[in-house]
Amino acid sequence: MTFIDVMGLGQTALELGLTSSLTVLALFLSYTMLNVCDLSTDGCFTLGACVGAACAISGHPYLAIVMAMVSGVCSGFITAFLQTKMGINSLLAGIIVNTGLYSINIAVMGNTSLLNMNTTPTVYTKMKEILAGTPLAGQFRVIVSLIAVAAVIVFLCLFLKTRLGLAIRATGNNPDMVRSSSINPVFTTIIGLCISGSITALSGCLTAQAQKSVNIDIGSGMVTIALASLLIGNAFLGRRKIPLRAVGAVLGAFIFRLVYTVALRFDMPAFMLKLVSAIIVVIAIAGPYLKTRFPELKRRMTARKDGRGRNA
Amino acid sequence: MLELFHVSKTFNAGTADARLALNDISLHVHPGDFISIIGANGAGKSTLFNAVCGSFLTDEGRIILDGQDITLLPEYKRAKNIGRLFQDPMKGSAPGMSIEENLALAAGKGGWLSSVSKRDREEFRDRLALLDMGLENRTGQAVGMLSGGQRQALTLLMATFNPPKLLLLDEHTAALDPATSEKVLALTESIVNDNRLTCLMVTHNMQMALDMGNRIIMMNNGSIIFDAAGEEKRHLTVEDLMEQFKIAAGKSLDNDRMLL
Repeated sequence: MTFIDVMGLGQTALELGLTSSLTVLALFLSYTMLNVCDLSTDGCFTLGACVGAACAISGHPYLAIVMAMVSGVCSGFITAFLQTKMGINSLLAGIIVNTGLYSINIAVMGNTSLLNMNTTPTVYTKMKEILAGTPLAGQFRVIVSLIAVAAVIVFLCLFLKTRLGLAIRATGNNPDMVRSSSINPVFTTIIGLCISGSITALSGCLTAQAQKSVNIDIGSGMVTIALASLLIGNAFLGRRKIPLRAVGAVLGAFIFRLVYTVALRFDMPAFMLKLVSAIIVVIAIAGPYLKTRFPELKRRMTARKDGRGRNA
Repeated sequence: MLELFHVSKTFNAGTADARLALNDISLHVHPGDFISIIGANGAGKSTLFNAVCGSFLTDEGRIILDGQDITLLPEYKRAKNIGRLFQDPMKGSAPGMSIEENLALAAGKGGWLSSVSKRDREEFRDRLALLDMGLENRTGQAVGMLSGGQRQALTLLMATFNPPKLLLLDEHTAALDPATSEKVLALTESIVNDNRLTCLMVTHNMQMALDMGNRIIMMNNGSIIFDAAGEEKRHLTVEDLMEQFKIAAGKSLDNDRMLL
């Protein structure tokens, strides 16, 4: 593999990693901070992609971003409403919303499961025009995504420091304490999921526009992929302060895509992506757990061995 | 200050497990009262606190706090006027957040989007210094790293940061070692006295119940069976309390934890 090849791989990983890292940041808020595993992520990602595409195709490339995010807020609100006000288990609430969104997404795309944006002006084509003739011309995708990622990180860092942000973190940490600070945890959960939904939808919108097409499956498995990235990032920067942890989430997304891109080079078929991400999530979550269990298992094993020796 | 009128609560009503946890309780707490509540396990002491805090709605009766009817108010809204400490020191603070962040939530200053200012930070430090545990120099540290005693002291500070109308202490020193327990109790007394708080304290330690406060209440099977205040309370001894229990409950008190 030549240096150019390696650079090319890095470039692909960077492009894919940056747009999907927005979903990782959304999970950073909902999963790490609020301690809610939001399974509506897949549908919400697709919703953002569909709304953004429909809006861009009708000639509003900037409004597309806004509308995608608004749609994400709605999706997050419904998920949060179901789990806080309707007594539906939070995992189930996510699955229900995810299922419902499938129909909505097809409806948004106008009764089709595929939209093409080959000739559609988007934020990416706008950036391409702006950068035309400069040395950065080839990097327009990375730059747009980078701006979005940077904006979301800055927003999250500032937001999590506010009283509302602290209350959201405390809701995931100790809801009793939130209540005794005379803050309603229902309110903080709803706000948290609305924000994470809007970021997820933004991620879907940008992903679709970068690849110039949307299909109904664009978000399938996103929650596992993002979770894998989040946990990889956590392994590096998990114990640091919030800004570094947010950067860690993005780094995780990049590393995940890099590993995946390299694996593709070694003739791993593309359909393996989801299995790989599933396995990474299992390792990342089960690993630390098994590590704490290891001394116990070891003791049992030796005891069993000794016992057998005695019997013999 | 706090008034309960005929408050009752039955858990699992209508089932074979139905249990009358609060039986027609009426109680009038005067401003500035410090009331010790004693009683065997399952007497309804914590349930009484839960009813006042709004962890559940009572089946019957009314609860009035400082003239406001709070009977149907949700828990988080009551928390504005009621501070509470639990036996478990882990319950009152968020372990994954720093001391400063916990205090910021407890202080609840400013709007939703305001963040901790330099002045807030100084105030937090000053207040922490009063605990005399060196926490004022560790404000960035995660609360989960603190010892049980430090955490309970911090929770006490958080619960009283904005002096509440009512402070409920639910065996808040029972899980601490004797020396730390002593220290947290001393802190409690000084904070309660400095802010002239109205306070209810559940304890299993009869001597402590007699030493602290101006009024003592004994509960059994969801009812208040003995209530003494002022001069009468001052002359009580542990033996008197045992005798009272025997008279009111019709059996002798055999809970080891209450003999302390």
